[in-house]
Amino acid sequence: MKLLTHNLLSSHVPGLRPGGGFPLRIEAAEVRERPVPFNAAFVSRLVPRLRWDALREAAESLGRPSELPPEPTPGYEADEEFLRRLHHVLLEVEVLEGSLQCPDSGRRFPISRGVPNLLLTEDEA
Amino acid sequence: MSMLMLRPYTFVVVCLRRKSKPKVSNKEPSSSLIVALPLPTAAAQLRPAARYSRFQKLLLQQNTSMEAKTSEDHLEVQKMKKKVLRKQVRAQHTLMRHEGIQCVSHATQSLVIANAGLGNGMSRQQLLRILEEYGAMETLLMPPNKPYSFVKYRTTEEAKKAFNTLNGKEVTLEDCGQNIILYINFVEKVSLQNAAPASLPPGLMVIEKIISPEEEKRLLESIDWKGDEDTQNAQKTLKHRRVKHFGYEFRYDNNNVDKDKPLPGGLPEICKPFLEKCLKQGYIKHKPDQLTVNQYEPGQAGIPPHTDTHSAFEDEIISLSLGAEIVMDFKHPDGHTVAIMLPRCSLLVMTGESRYLWTHGITPRKYDVVQASELGQKVRTITADVGDLTLNRRETRTSFTFRKVRRSPCNCIYPSVCDSQKGQQRLVQPSFPQNEMEASKLEQEYVHKVYEEIATHFSSTRHSPWPRIVEFLRSLPTGSIVADIGCGNGKYLGINEDLYVVGCDRSKNLVDICGEKHFQAFVCDALSVPIRSGSCDACISIAVIHHFSTAERRLATIRELARLLRPGGTALIYVWAMEQEYKNQKSKYLKEKSGSKNKDKEMYTGTAQGPLNDQEPGYSSQDSAWSHQLLNDFKDESFRLPVHTNRTSFHSQDLLVPWHLKGGTKKKEGSADTVVVPSGSKELQELSPIFHRYYHVFCEGELEAVCRSLDCVRVQKSYYDQGNWCVILEKL
Repeated sequence: MKLLTHNLLSSHVPGLRPGGGFPLRIEAAEVRERPVPFNAAFVSRLVPRLRWDALREAAESLGRPSELPPEPTPGYEADEEFLRRLHHVLLEVEVLEGSLQCPDSGRRFPISRGVPNLLLTEDEA
Repeated sequence: MSMLMLRPYTFVVVCLRRKSKPKVSNKEPSSSLIVALPLPTAAAQLRPAARYSRFQKLLLQQNTSMEAKTSEDHLEVQKMKKKVLRKQVRAQHTLMRHEGIQCVSHATQSLVIANAGLGNGMSRQQLLRILEEYGAMETLLMPPNKPYSFVKYRTTEEAKKAFNTLNGKEVTLEDCGQNIILYINFVEKVSLQNAAPASLPPGLMVIEKIISPEEEKRLLESIDWKGDEDTQNAQKTLKHRRVKHFGYEFRYDNNNVDKDKPLPGGLPEICKPFLEKCLKQGYIKHKPDQLTVNQYEPGQAGIPPHTDTHSAFEDEIISLSLGAEIVMDFKHPDGHTVAIMLPRCSLLVMTGESRYLWTHGITPRKYDVVQASELGQKVRTITADVGDLTLNRRETRTSFTFRKVRRSPCNCIYPSVCDSQKGQQRLVQPSFPQNEMEASKLEQEYVHKVYEEIATHFSSTRHSPWPRIVEFLRSLPTGSIVADIGCGNGKYLGINEDLYVVGCDRSKNLVDICGEKHFQAFVCDALSVPIRSGSCDACISIAVIHHFSTAERRLATIRELARLLRPGGTALIYVWAMEQEYKNQKSKYLKEKSGSKNKDKEMYTGTAQGPLNDQEPGYSSQDSAWSHQLLNDFKDESFRLPVHTNRTSFHSQDLLVPWHLKGGTKKKEGSADTVVVPSGSKELQELSPIFHRYYHVFCEGELEAVCRSLDCVRVQKSYYDQGNWCVILEKL
């Protein structure tokens, strides 16, 4: 699971308050970095779609803190250094083993071999 | 001629032989008469016309240097050479098209010899004699049932010599006296893979030398084929074999026995010591009370593939082979076949899966393909070593088949092929769901569990992305975030590298396959997708929504899809269509099918391509009464979901579609010398279970109607694509 995927995920345990369940807390047991070709236009198009705080929080939980500014700097589209840093955090860092925890209900979802399992049991759904 | 019919094609051109024979001396099949031209290249094969004219030119060049006595002879020779060349080129094409064998234009050590194959009556011994005249051979491969062979000489020179001399040469098959003409091409290498030695069907045993030749003789003499017609166990002459029954008469009209009408006399006394022996040795547990004696003459005699009627006989069926050996073909319902040599004086024991699920039969022919090095008394499966196969002439074989008449209905574990259990099958079919709970249960049992089970095989059949889905994904701008809801093995996750695509699926096994491919994917249900609202620029839902069993649930999946989209975002949805023939356009598959009555229809279901590829052709929108009928049926509590026959038209919108799971071919060879017991039978037993998937196939307009009932989306476009109804939605 890349951090960009994490940025899209939200807990869906029934009964959460509106907008609740985000972001899922990462408890990582194994993290891997795998290089991905850099595409400045691609990364900069992603920025408006991101929940920035959640991304920073996720990066910190994986021990990659100071790499991102508190918020995207104006004119970031032309700031290659920033885009590369973001590229790395979003696309090159992957959680292989661990779990995701719903911030509201505390429900944990396992991540195994890079694949999160967010299926609810019959009783939950 | 029957030998030639083993394959749907043959290289033999009989007319060429007849017409040219008087003009061409058989004593001089030398290079002076035979064209030895460089062979066309692969590129030239694509343009046959261009290549042909080049050959004609070459032919003419050659002709001028040739010493022809008269112009008439000259013309004749030229005509002959052209024909040989034409047939040789045709052989090339046939090899490529049917067998994927690529001939090359330059001389090599290896040749493929068309018409000199086990499939058209050439024996290994004869071909060896023909070929060794031109040099030392490294390999001679003769694949079973194929009308060609491969030879590899030690040097290119020798191969060239054989090519020059033998191409176009007429040969008389020693075994049947028939004439054939050899057509030869060079190949890069003879890398024909030996079929993995097949193991015996589970539950099958062959015990060699169960009786002595003296006992064999006595048994054979005990059968009075001229027996008088008045007795009840009168001899029956079937079409291609002679048959006699003892104990009970086997009736060929219903493939059963009259259990209340035993024949007087029971089983012949002479069999009793033999049966005692079988019981004592543990080959059988119950004493048989019925005997059928069959006599097969070589050539025409065989027995069509069949499974002994379950309700007629108990599990154990044993059969003695007397007088001659024979090859018996066993076939699993998934199409997997195993040919087994039944040596003289051996006992075939069929129990369990081999008795209940596999068919067995004897193909009528004069020769069997067998292992050359083990001609005679060796039990083994025949598909193994193409470097060691030859033909074995059949002799008259008599079999004694002993069975025990069944007194209670069969309760085997193969209900799909069991006549005793046919009636009960309907009872286990699920009924149409009456409420949310039932719908969820139905999907769990007939969608989720099934995909989990078939994931690997399913994934292996899903390679080609569909063009219009690819087109949709390619049309999205760089940096778009896309969710594939129901991504299966992830075949759309890597289409466009300028997108960020995440996939999800209900089947963990399928998602794990995506993970192995380094795609972003997770496990979840399409009714509850753990993606924050409005975060996606686009979504796709390919062949997913038709697995939901109520209108409410189908609507809910589309609502969930729409929730993920940002305003202006788009979703592409594909569902399987009830109408497999649209705007008078029959599918390609349907066109191919028509005219060929294929009784093996079920055999094709294993290759079912699933929701998007195994479209069922032939739905002839005959009556809109279906829907009324269905509505009424739905009200009926006893309505059960029909099981669909793959590759036929739909008769219901809600149905179960069978999936024949392929287990692959991991087989081990039985190694014991005298008794071969199945190895790896557990895997084989699990070879081809049938799973049923629930589908709701959509009628024209139905998908749009569902989408229109949602206020948050607009139907941007809807279309029909290869048996599917499709919409593109826009989030408002």
